[in-house]
Amino acid sequence: MELLALTLLQVLNSIAGLALVSFGLAVIFGMMRVINLAHGEFIMLGGFATVFAHGMGVNIWIAMLVISPLAVGALGLVVERLIIRHLYGRMIDTMLATWGLSLLLIGLATTFFGNRVMGVSAPLGSFALGAYSVSWYEQVILIIVCLLYAAGYALLRFTRWGLMARATMQLPEMAASLGVARTRVFATTFTVGAALSGLAGGLLAPLAGVVPTMGAAYVAKAFITVITGGASVVVGSGISATLLSVVGTGATYLANPVIGDVALLAAAIVLLRLLPTGITGRIFKGYP
Amino acid sequence: MTLNRRTFLQSTAATLAFPVAARHAFAADPIKIAGILDQSGGLDIYGQPMLACLELAVDDLNAAGGLLGRPVQLVKYDPQSNVQYYTQFATEAAVKEKVAAVFGNTTSAAREAMRPLLRRYQTPYFSPALYEGGVCDRNAFLTGSTPAQTIERLMPYALQHSGKKVYVIAADYNYGQISADWIKKYTRSSGGEVIATEFFPLDVTDFGTTIKKIQAAKPDLVVTVLVGGNHMSFYRQWAAAGMLGKIPMASTCFGVGNEHKVLRPAECEGILTAYGYMQELKTPENADFLNRLSAKFGDKTPYVNEMAAATWYAAMHWANGVKAAKTTDRMAVIKALEAGSVVNGPGGKSTLDAATHHCRMDVHLGQVKGGAFDVIQSFPQQPPSDTAAVCDLIKRPNENRQYVITAN
Repeated sequence: MELLALTLLQVLNSIAGLALVSFGLAVIFGMMRVINLAHGEFIMLGGFATVFAHGMGVNIWIAMLVISPLAVGALGLVVERLIIRHLYGRMIDTMLATWGLSLLLIGLATTFFGNRVMGVSAPLGSFALGAYSVSWYEQVILIIVCLLYAAGYALLRFTRWGLMARATMQLPEMAASLGVARTRVFATTFTVGAALSGLAGGLLAPLAGVVPTMGAAYVAKAFITVITGGASVVVGSGISATLLSVVGTGATYLANPVIGDVALLAAAIVLLRLLPTGITGRIFKGYP
Repeated sequence: MTLNRRTFLQSTAATLAFPVAARHAFAADPIKIAGILDQSGGLDIYGQPMLACLELAVDDLNAAGGLLGRPVQLVKYDPQSNVQYYTQFATEAAVKEKVAAVFGNTTSAAREAMRPLLRRYQTPYFSPALYEGGVCDRNAFLTGSTPAQTIERLMPYALQHSGKKVYVIAADYNYGQISADWIKKYTRSSGGEVIATEFFPLDVTDFGTTIKKIQAAKPDLVVTVLVGGNHMSFYRQWAAAGMLGKIPMASTCFGVGNEHKVLRPAECEGILTAYGYMQELKTPENADFLNRLSAKFGDKTPYVNEMAAATWYAAMHWANGVKAAKTTDRMAVIKALEAGSVVNGPGGKSTLDAATHHCRMDVHLGQVKGGAFDVIQSFPQQPPSDTAAVCDLIKRPNENRQYVITAN
């Protein structure tokens, strides 16, 4: 019974982890059709922001929840103004540009932060679940991810700003002719996406080793999740993170982590074969 | 100045002739050796301290008057954590610089890229990195530890202080898999049992599922063979789950990547390891070694682990060979080393084994305490019994391969 609860909790934690690293990409790729190959490096910089801020004596929650998203969001704004805005509608070109950006950021981080692993300890400690011991911090991440997705959905679905953002993404010319300042909407959306990646990096810093090359470990899974999710940013990523994590964690439990990754990828391939436009291309169509 | 064909040819001929003339003019031109060690890229954390120790070894040799009355000169190459550059630089060192010996490699992949090349170019090769064992090549000398040397001492102690049920988590490539085999063998011979072994690709960062599986399996001891920055997440997540200290941990490679310096004491306190060298060793030789190192590098003095110390040993073994052979000629040096070479250094005594070209070395058992190793016990002259089981260069001197050693 305890073991079942433990397993269930682990599945939820895995879903939260995948949903967290995918959200920033979902906003940037899902809404703006910009293939952001520097997504992993945004996460990496978020991690470094938390490590350095905490090292300078900032409270760890403020470092993770405020400083990381602000720092990476600001970088996102600069990147959008300097590079991305010239490339809207040119999906392949954004891929090339952001890949270059990714290499540049890895190089800069290596030069200035050094090629070594850093990190902070996880706060809060652990609690006992019967005979087992579980980390509090992972449960906090679970709650934060739920709140983030709920807030994202509410923002896009029920606010005037969300409506304008969705309209701009669907038909930029029409939205502009109706008086929406589309450059501002694009810039804001990219900044928000980058900030979400930074937040993910900050929250992961206590669980992972922060190192300039860490992005590579996340970017592929994030892309698979977002593409499997389909057109709807929040609902799609949420559902696909859930499906893929259940398959991946289940296989890891029954076999080993390699089989877990294989199962996750196989599930994504099967899903995309059956639903070529992603899960939300068929069901929950039209939800943000 | 006008440059016509005649003056060009004259000056070129003069330039080309100069080194030949110079070689005869100065009897004490240096003996060149090459250090090919990663100074940048993902593996520089291993390569930088290794090069520092090689530079110190060259200083030590020159301070003692050089070799054969000639100074030793180190030619440094940075392969940038890229195996391609290893082959390129090994070729350059052997063919262009005509070095007397090549020192280097961090990973086994880099070693196996350089080793056949240097054999073909007839340049003695010294590999100082601890690795999975099995290299059998008369042109190569290996001064790092192999699994049998360290795990044979680690497992009995760890089992005695924890219990009999062992859970192994290891990196998913040859080093991790072969080490896992040896852990199983020595667990069994110590009266224990490996209840599960899990392998992780090097890009895995999420160990949540595994940590819960370990808890469900209730082992008495967890043995880690985890490698690299991503795998360091395990220790962090293990501590976050409140497991540190609840189940004891031992490792065959914790600390070589300076894990105990990166992680906080609360994340790795108490982990047991065994190596041929630990900076915390309290011997006069080690104190002297560390003093010389900090005199040379000042506040840039690196933290020295086994791989770095083994690089110093490698240079000293080579110097022994040159001194005994009274020449830098390849076969003479190899034969002199096979006749016996002993180096007393910071980690204790290292004795070259003629049959395997590996080293018998003193192995030290340590436990992480406050971000450093607390040396518990030292075992003198551990033989490389894994490689010795398959490789005999006295009987078969022409062998040139790396055996895959199966422990069981």
